Amino acid sequence: MVAYLLRRMLFAVPVLFGISLITFVLIYFLPADPARMYAGPNASVEAVNRIRTQLGLDQPFYVQYGRFVERAVQGDLGYSYQLQMPVIDAILARFPFTLQLTLAGIFVELLIGVPAGLLAAVRRSTWLDGTSMVAAMIGVSSPPFWLGLLMLYFFAFRLGLFPLGGAGTWKHLVLPAVTAGLGGAGWYARMTRSSVLEVLSADYVRTARAKGLAGSTVLRRHVLRNAINPIVTMVGMDIPWFVGGVVLIETVFAWPGLGRMMVDAILTDDVPLILGTVTFTAVLVVVSSIIIDLAHALLDPRIRLG
Amino acid sequence: MVFDGLLFYDETTDLVPRLAAAMPEVSLDATVYTFRLRPGVTFHNGREVTADDVAYSITRVLDPETKSPGSGFYTGIAAAQDFIDGQADAVSGITVLDPTTIQFTLESADVTFGNKMALNFAFIVPKEEVERQGENFGHNPLGTGPFRFKEWVPGRQLTFERNPDHFVEGLPRLDRVVIQVGVEPEVALLRLERGEIDLMGDPIPGAEFARIKTDLAWENRLTSAPQVSTIYITMNTQMPSFDNVQVRQAFNMAIDKNRIIQLPGGRGTVANQILPPLTPGYDQSYQGYQYTPERAKQLLAEAGFPNGFTTTTECIAVDPQPKLCESFQQDLSKIGVTVEVKTLAASTVIADGGTAGKVPLIWSGGLGWIQDYPDPDDFYTPILSCGAAVPGGWNWPWYCNQDLEAKAQEAIATPLTQRRLAIYQEIFRTLMDQAVWVPVYNGQYDIAHSAKVVGGVTDFAHPEPTIRYEYLAKQP
Repeated sequence: MVAYLLRRMLFAVPVLFGISLITFVLIYFLPADPARMYAGPNASVEAVNRIRTQLGLDQPFYVQYGRFVERAVQGDLGYSYQLQMPVIDAILARFPFTLQLTLAGIFVELLIGVPAGLLAAVRRSTWLDGTSMVAAMIGVSSPPFWLGLLMLYFFAFRLGLFPLGGAGTWKHLVLPAVTAGLGGAGWYARMTRSSVLEVLSADYVRTARAKGLAGSTVLRRHVLRNAINPIVTMVGMDIPWFVGGVVLIETVFAWPGLGRMMVDAILTDDVPLILGTVTFTAVLVVVSSIIIDLAHALLDPRIRLG
Repeated sequence: MVFDGLLFYDETTDLVPRLAAAMPEVSLDATVYTFRLRPGVTFHNGREVTADDVAYSITRVLDPETKSPGSGFYTGIAAAQDFIDGQADAVSGITVLDPTTIQFTLESADVTFGNKMALNFAFIVPKEEVERQGENFGHNPLGTGPFRFKEWVPGRQLTFERNPDHFVEGLPRLDRVVIQVGVEPEVALLRLERGEIDLMGDPIPGAEFARIKTDLAWENRLTSAPQVSTIYITMNTQMPSFDNVQVRQAFNMAIDKNRIIQLPGGRGTVANQILPPLTPGYDQSYQGYQYTPERAKQLLAEAGFPNGFTTTTECIAVDPQPKLCESFQQDLSKIGVTVEVKTLAASTVIADGGTAGKVPLIWSGGLGWIQDYPDPDDFYTPILSCGAAVPGGWNWPWYCNQDLEAKAQEAIATPLTQRRLAIYQEIFRTLMDQAVWVPVYNGQYDIAHSAKVVGGVTDFAHPEPTIRYEYLAKQP
């Protein structure tokens, strides 16, 4: 177990190195000038050039990247041009919000997706199956920005049940989590359905039924327990999506998460902030995949880590 | 809000003393500016402002360590360049005569120096606080202004509180200002309609604007004022087809500007010249090019393109700009010119514009020149002079005319009189004859607010600081 963890962490080093290098190359070769973006449109050419020198942006590619790596291994992700604060502080200020939205969003996805998928599988080829799968398709295909605006309009503006965006209390969290969750629930429902259908036709389920076990017990003890693995994997893939991919939801709900900060960083060519958030997200992806592997081992005694 | 400059603007665009006791004494040749400070003004920490603070603040902007985007405005102070290059410890052109008097000596005459001293870059900061807080000063600002900084919640909001000791009697009128950030305009408008906020800082989204403009319920909740800006199309005079002045003139006649303005909801007025109407030097009598596609087609034929040609324009990928680009793309197709519209990130468009021989046409919408200060020079030196036609510069037509350079030099040394404005009118007429831009429209501010917030039009939308929070009041 310890050896497994160490090996996974060691493997993470080249992954992080590669991701930061690719990000750096992409920013470096982007036809935009970070010094001009820092200085703003009205700064004189001389002022922009001075700023370029001060920020070290006139240095060759390998010197700039080398500096970033040298500092990053010491835990220093640099200083944001636009926010005028250490990148790590900016990330840590936003991370709790991202974490909240991630957990709440996944909770909504599971709450809706798993029962819907289970129902559709058990009542296969009935109106229940059809309705829940159509609903899943609608959920998956609704643009989150549009869905979010609708939610805000009805539940916050018209009914006044929730605040009009922002963050702070649990009430602020409900609408963004539901918006994110409704979209994702469709995927969970479809995944649960096919996974449950597969297990339902397994020999051990037939055996359990033949033993005379009640339908609900079979479902709980034998079917769900075995069908859960792909769902856990999906949660693992969901975490990185929530960290970087819910930008539209964060934007429409004025949710101060990492995704929106990353997009702002890209739009303003804030090189240290882009590199920092991408690297941080990569770390989260690596960590969450390790956690998911551990969860698999706990849930399924056939899986041994080592 | 938090800071003040030596000078500022009244409700129009005229300079008035702010931290200075009176307008500066200016030498006849406009090279020496002497300011006397208003007595008894204190920073928010209670310490009295002295001339040393002024010297420190301007030197700080020039210091490369500060990385100030505004340093270019003050390099005209004598020996500023030596200081920037590290050859001097101080700027010799800045002299503290006594604790309440400071003198700036310039390398050469500059009648716009007073405007430059009213820019936010020249706001006065207390040395001890800047040094104590270092890079954190920006997150915990402290000045002399009408509001004191209270709190910053990253990505969410800023809070300011009334400065009861502000030196202008009766200001500010509000006890507290909370600025929420990161809220989409659509959502901000909903918050305003629900009475959760009092004023919307972003432009009203196009679709909503059309509704609000005609809704009587919004009559006293919408304040509109002209923006001192020109939105234009630049034509790269160094590139094929556009190196021919007749082609550039034809483009000026081929574009239906009225239709373009309608797209963002009719917010603006048609521009026929480079300067916007509120800028001194705006030429009332100038007619410009009229919308005459037939004449444009003829001119294009005379220029050797009877069948038109194919070219490219860049345009930022932010609504509604791509639609506006498509509008003139359609106009130009009528005179036989096929335009490929490339929608890109603002940073890319800016970088491409500043690269020689890179882009034939650029739509300035969303990037448009909004003046730094109300002076015609602000539309020449930074964006149309030879000095700006350099890599990374803002002269996207890459047009450089030595005659105009000489005239601009003469103008900047001529105190603001009819003579000076006449020189600028000559300069801008030449630029229009050369048709380096297609000026399309002058922008407009439309500020949506609650009925409780009261203030004059220029308090909601002043051409310089945009929103003058200290003049706004709120009814219970």
